[in-house]
Amino acid sequence: MPSSPLLPKLMKAHGVSRRSFLKYCASLTSLMALPPAMAPRVAYALETAPRPSVIWLSFQECTGCTEAITRSSAPSLEELIFDAISLDYHHTLQAASGAAAEHAREAAMKEHWGKYLVIVDGSIPLDEPGYSAIAGISNLDMLKETAEGAAAIVSVGTCAAYGGLPQANPNPTGAGAVSDIIKDKPIINVPGCPPIPMVMTAVLAHYLTFGIPDLDELGRPKAFFAESIHDRCYRRPFYDKGLFAEGFDDEGARAGWCLYKLGCKGPTTKSVCATVKWNDGTSFPIEAGHGCLGCTEPDFWDNGGFYKPLSAPAGNYRRVGQAAVIAGVAAGAGGAYLARKGKADALANHETVDAFTLEKEEKES
Amino acid sequence: MNATCERGVNALREQIDAPVASFFSSCVSCGLCADACIFFQETQDPQYTPIRKVELLRRVWENEYTLFGRLKSMAGLGNKITDEDFTDAERLVYDSCTMCGRCSMVCPVGNDITLMIRKMREGMSAAGHAPVELIGAAKRHTKGNSPMGDLSKAIQAQVKHASAETGIEIEFDKPGVDYLVILSAQEIAEYPEVIGAMAKIFKKAGVTWTISLEAFEATNVGIQIGNRDVAKYLVTRVVEAAERLGVKKVISPECGHAYQAMRWEGPNLIGREYDFEVVHIIELLDQLRAEGKLKTSGKDSDKITFHDPCQINRRGGINKEPRRLLNMVAENFVETDDAGTMNWCCSAGGGVGANERAADLKNAAFQLKKRQFEKVAPDKIVTMCAFCHHTLENALEDNDMDIEVAGLTEMMAEYLVDED
Amino acid sequence: MNNPNFDLLMFARGPLFDFALLVFVAGVLIRVVEILVLGRKKDFSKAKGKPVQQGIKTIFTRTLPRPGAIKANPITIVGGYVFHIGFFIAFLLFVPHIALIEELTGLSWPGVGRVIIESSTVLAVIAGLALLYTRWRDPVRRKLTTWVDYLVLVLSLLPLITGYVAVNKLFGDPTFMMALHILSVDILMIVFPFTKLMHAFTFAMARYYNGSIQGRKGAES
Repeated sequence: MPSSPLLPKLMKAHGVSRRSFLKYCASLTSLMALPPAMAPRVAYALETAPRPSVIWLSFQECTGCTEAITRSSAPSLEELIFDAISLDYHHTLQAASGAAAEHAREAAMKEHWGKYLVIVDGSIPLDEPGYSAIAGISNLDMLKETAEGAAAIVSVGTCAAYGGLPQANPNPTGAGAVSDIIKDKPIINVPGCPPIPMVMTAVLAHYLTFGIPDLDELGRPKAFFAESIHDRCYRRPFYDKGLFAEGFDDEGARAGWCLYKLGCKGPTTKSVCATVKWNDGTSFPIEAGHGCLGCTEPDFWDNGGFYKPLSAPAGNYRRVGQAAVIAGVAAGAGGAYLARKGKADALANHETVDAFTLEKEEKES
Repeated sequence: MNATCERGVNALREQIDAPVASFFSSCVSCGLCADACIFFQETQDPQYTPIRKVELLRRVWENEYTLFGRLKSMAGLGNKITDEDFTDAERLVYDSCTMCGRCSMVCPVGNDITLMIRKMREGMSAAGHAPVELIGAAKRHTKGNSPMGDLSKAIQAQVKHASAETGIEIEFDKPGVDYLVILSAQEIAEYPEVIGAMAKIFKKAGVTWTISLEAFEATNVGIQIGNRDVAKYLVTRVVEAAERLGVKKVISPECGHAYQAMRWEGPNLIGREYDFEVVHIIELLDQLRAEGKLKTSGKDSDKITFHDPCQINRRGGINKEPRRLLNMVAENFVETDDAGTMNWCCSAGGGVGANERAADLKNAAFQLKKRQFEKVAPDKIVTMCAFCHHTLENALEDNDMDIEVAGLTEMMAEYLVDED
Repeated sequence: MNNPNFDLLMFARGPLFDFALLVFVAGVLIRVVEILVLGRKKDFSKAKGKPVQQGIKTIFTRTLPRPGAIKANPITIVGGYVFHIGFFIAFLLFVPHIALIEELTGLSWPGVGRVIIESSTVLAVIAGLALLYTRWRDPVRRKLTTWVDYLVLVLSLLPLITGYVAVNKLFGDPTFMMALHILSVDILMIVFPFTKLMHAFTFAMARYYNGSIQGRKGAES
């Protein structure tokens, strides 16, 4: 396995100029929320850092994350970053299969023990490990085994980071996140369904250049997950003015009004979708006319429905409301009966008073 | 059976109805009723905040007519009403409330606090906590025919005197007439001129009327004490006399609470509609004016102001009538501040005047009236309630204010056209 | 891994809201039924005015203070107006709230922009604090006020404050603040039937009765 820097060579091979490489480093720098003066250092680090060995584990997932990071219309710098690492195991991408593939993983682990990076996409079934296995090894065993010698783990996608779709109610496999299982290794969560490719590569770049980035309480790099989509959304002015689309094809929707009432989860979702955007900065879901699903947040499948406004109650309120009316009327009728009975008794107990019985006994005597 | 605490609590229980429940449910303790109260205004003592005066009624309501209150009582958190509670309420329910009704007008959620005071008094009186003076008046009225005792001789003498003075024959218990006149004891004893005044006006207007020796007393101390049994007993006398004589209408005299007793509470006390109608004397005079049957000539050149009796204007709805009449005979009629619906009480209505214990409070309350009168500086104050008349006269004298007080009926009679 | 802030938000929007709705709807119904069944005796006196009309009229006219009242109690009356109007603008004209009401009832209406919502909220909070102050300082109100009254006033202010903080991200995690906001509303709904907050429903009855009692006599109300 080569461990010398490959990037300059590869750039040449792909016809990427040094000028565009530096531009890329500058944008990565800003994306990572580093001061612009750091850009040359990023460039230097990327050019000179040794290629670390990376083992990519795919568990209960849809391959969407891999698709997102590898699918580009033209060779991109993100792709080059991929080339800046030594991807020693990825069962979707590698040519080898079965026992041969596993040997590659074992070999990489052995050679780079304590230094390799593990990237995980997909969640891990905990109820019954046999629900998902590769080459006869359960996901749980493979993760534990591989994680043991890792320098760090990057959980890519919401499934690996938080459990994601497999964990959605009723969670038939007892799916768990990487962080539910591995407690003794640094874990960087890069949630999203899928995560923005640029964010994935930026995180890798940060790891390569400066090590583990600053993480929030959910293990996400703060540089990409500090602000809500709502705060940076180009439709925010409509929210502020009180202009909201009521349907996906009404006047408001066509005029680009806020999608809050259609269930947009932008206000409670932290991600850079609205600024970095997707497909080389072309667009993002809200710009395409659909509300944010909140895919960078834990349990986003179960957070009250994609098309229900955030402010709407999320429980069983309709049945509860009906029950409340019945209970209220029933208890009210009970109370009414007691109150009326009390009053009737009081009237029945009325002692007729006259001018000579207006005083108490002791006053009389 | 003598008064007991339990009888009082039961009386409060009997009084609670949907309005009371909605009032207590709605009170947000904003305290705006305080400024409407003449006793709070003049003492600035927060205990006189009107809604506080009906706290016992609120407790009975909460403990016995709400599910949550009942649960609280079951949990041992409800506090039982004791005789001391009634004693503590005496000064609030009788001494510092004339049932003037101002608080009921300002409450932002619409609570009729005055109505609840009336209901509180049912409990207070049944529990034996009515002021002794009012109980005495009730005894005298029950045994005799007026709260001042037996006024049979007095009324006969006054009517005879009025007949002689006006030359108009006034017959007692004359069947077949249209109107039965009843009077307040205050008028019979202190302002008998009103009898002659009515005789003159009615003669001119062609109104047929009589006074019943069986029931000539209009006041009803049962209303002031706040006891429906006593009030019913007293009002029944008038109802029976009126129905026996077959009159079309009974004229409620210049007396505030008598108007409430006769016209608004009476039918409910006896539990049926009357066979006759009740009109207030000032309503009748205004009606005669409208029909052209009441004509006056000349005007009083004095500076005159008008005092609205609470029970007749604010709680009785007679507001424009006295002003229309007064404008016929007063050249220089000026209103005091707040005149009309929001007028301030004379300071002694609702039984406060008879209550010795309340004398200081009454004097304090009058200071508000005093300032209002001083601002207008009238030569004469006209009113349409004999008890307001009496209170103002005495209080003005006590305060060294030289202002004449007159009844409106009397005043109208004075300027009646002479020629036939 | 869970986001505790999100879990709190979902708890506030989900089970706790359901519970609050149950207590609120059932409690208010109990209270209203309890009042109405007490009824009132038929009035045998011959009406001079129009009790029913005046009762209905008074529900609306009693909204305005008597002349001179503002001068005597400026904080209570002006503060009361600003608090109520501000509260209802923020509650009923903010689109996320309309979305909630639409979800529950199917009723919807246009909302207003952030400037109006937020200035109403700020004014309502200031007014509420002023009301709190006068309750505490003014002898009449101080004597009338129970601890429940203070609690109710504070609980009524919390949704305004937490909502403002959450929307403007003044401090705290916005999801957490949103959860607190909904939590504060849940609590308000739960205490509603047990406290004087009931006046929001019963004031109309009280005003009606007052107006009809006076109206029967042909007196003002």
